Amino acid sequence: MTTSSLRARDRTEGTTAGGSSSFKARLGADIALAVIGICFLAPLLWLLLAAVDPQAGYQTKVPSAPSLANFRAVLTPELLIQPLANSFLLSTGTAVVNLIAAVLAAYPLSRYQSRFNKPFMYTVLFGTSLPVTAIMVPVYGLFVQLQMLDSMAATIFFMATTTLPMAIWMTKNFMDSVPLELEEAAWMDGASAMAALRTIVLPLMRQGLGVVFIFVFIQAWGNFFVPFILLLSPGKQPAAVSIFSFFGQHGAIAYGQLAAFSILYSVPVLVLYALVSRGMGNSFALSGAIKG
Amino acid sequence: MTIRRFLRLLPVVPSILLLLLFLLAPVAWSFYASFTDAALSGKAARDPQWVGADNYVRMFSDDSFPLAAWLTVVFVAASAVLGQNVLGLLIAVLMTRSRRVVSSLVGTAVVAAWVLPEIVAAFAAYAYFNRDGTLNQVVDILGGQGLDWLYSFPLVAIILANTWRGTAFSMLVYRAALAEVPRDIAEAALMDGARGWQRLVFITLPLIRSSIATNLMLITLQTLAVFTLIWVMTAGGPANASTTLPVLAYQEAFKFGDIGYGTAVASVLILLGMVFGAVYVRLLREQRP
Repeated sequence: MTTSSLRARDRTEGTTAGGSSSFKARLGADIALAVIGICFLAPLLWLLLAAVDPQAGYQTKVPSAPSLANFRAVLTPELLIQPLANSFLLSTGTAVVNLIAAVLAAYPLSRYQSRFNKPFMYTVLFGTSLPVTAIMVPVYGLFVQLQMLDSMAATIFFMATTTLPMAIWMTKNFMDSVPLELEEAAWMDGASAMAALRTIVLPLMRQGLGVVFIFVFIQAWGNFFVPFILLLSPGKQPAAVSIFSFFGQHGAIAYGQLAAFSILYSVPVLVLYALVSRGMGNSFALSGAIKG
Repeated sequence: MTIRRFLRLLPVVPSILLLLLFLLAPVAWSFYASFTDAALSGKAARDPQWVGADNYVRMFSDDSFPLAAWLTVVFVAASAVLGQNVLGLLIAVLMTRSRRVVSSLVGTAVVAAWVLPEIVAAFAAYAYFNRDGTLNQVVDILGGQGLDWLYSFPLVAIILANTWRGTAFSMLVYRAALAEVPRDIAEAALMDGARGWQRLVFITLPLIRSSIATNLMLITLQTLAVFTLIWVMTAGGPANASTTLPVLAYQEAFKFGDIGYGTAVASVLILLGMVFGAVYVRLLREQRP
């Protein structure tokens, strides 16, 4: 993927070296893109300005007396620390379950030829396309029946399962790119398949595993609907759900605090995304996920 | 030998168990419950009765289901197929011609809307389309009359918001696809005197048609499932004017406590997802012999 993004850069450079008509075309493209970019930023501008404005409303305006008061106000254990800790627990749990299950499943699928492989992989791919919001009503029913409502562990396993098809698909693709020869040497020396997986394959696909982990973590961190339905007690709710505490019981909305909280809650996923895309080219994770 | 082969597949078991328990079981339960009068509370919650196809019959005699189905179609067509897909392609094409600084800055802006947690994006969109929000401020500056978007044009507001939220995905898919288009083909077209847009329509688009098909399937599936954005912005209102199928399923099940009818709506949505999913799997199979 890195090579193709390099090639993309070559192409960009190539088209620029031309006469004045291509200069005009390039300027046109620049202006059109800039307009689109401004339109995409506009809704986020409110978030940034309201966060530093203690008197914020829904209007986008430069604060008359900018301060960090909103950030100070939300920086309490109940408002910020507990929900973020819950988000962290949910997302890390989900990513760990995903990674373990996906690595175990991907190993035989990647290493042994079997009639079972292809149908399984296509079933998994089919699973990625189930609309998760559609199954929340039945999942709620199921959780009531099995008495798993308000259980952090059960929520983690459910969230992990919703991203598992994608994780298996990605992990298998990463594993396929680790050459088989190294393992064969280990097998000759009498190492078991699981030992070869642990000592040879996994270290070689560290980066890929990192991508899968971050990919799942970001999705779980941002998920609102699943914990909203499955976790009832406020002490267990992640930031995505606890954010509603800024909509006061009496109709008063603390806009500035809402914006400040939103920013603090968003920073981890922005950093993680930057980490993945910086390291491996912008479309890496994505194309690994969908193109195979 | 068969035993050994079976043992080799043993590590797949945890994944299969998870998928069976948390994905297949809810889907199966959804179809089952849609034929009962299961409820959130009361007698029907403890002991649901089999009611046959009553819930499905009600769907088509009720006004809310046909409306929600129609709104879902409009929402998906306008915000995914048209909005995200066309805008994503446009941005990706413009990026091949623009300065690298511009394209990376704009790329970051587009991706930011997509990477943000869904609830944060939903609040930002809610504030933006609010009566006192940024959009009306811009309209004011341009000398127009501000509108109460979320109340008077809820469908337009959620379509624009979902386009804003999801375009990054199509943009990334098309950037990757365009990077694979061999340069000499584009150059040969240039020699033949193909103008820019002709080159795009007759040469580039046919070359990336498999990416277009895959992208359309994926964004359709993602948009079919959108709940949080709509729920935060309009809660499906006013008077069901922006109630798509996921919102309807949620309302029937949790607001009115009618799990049976809610799962019936959910089952229709699951079936829709399965149809698109099957087409998507076929597409990928054809691409990889």
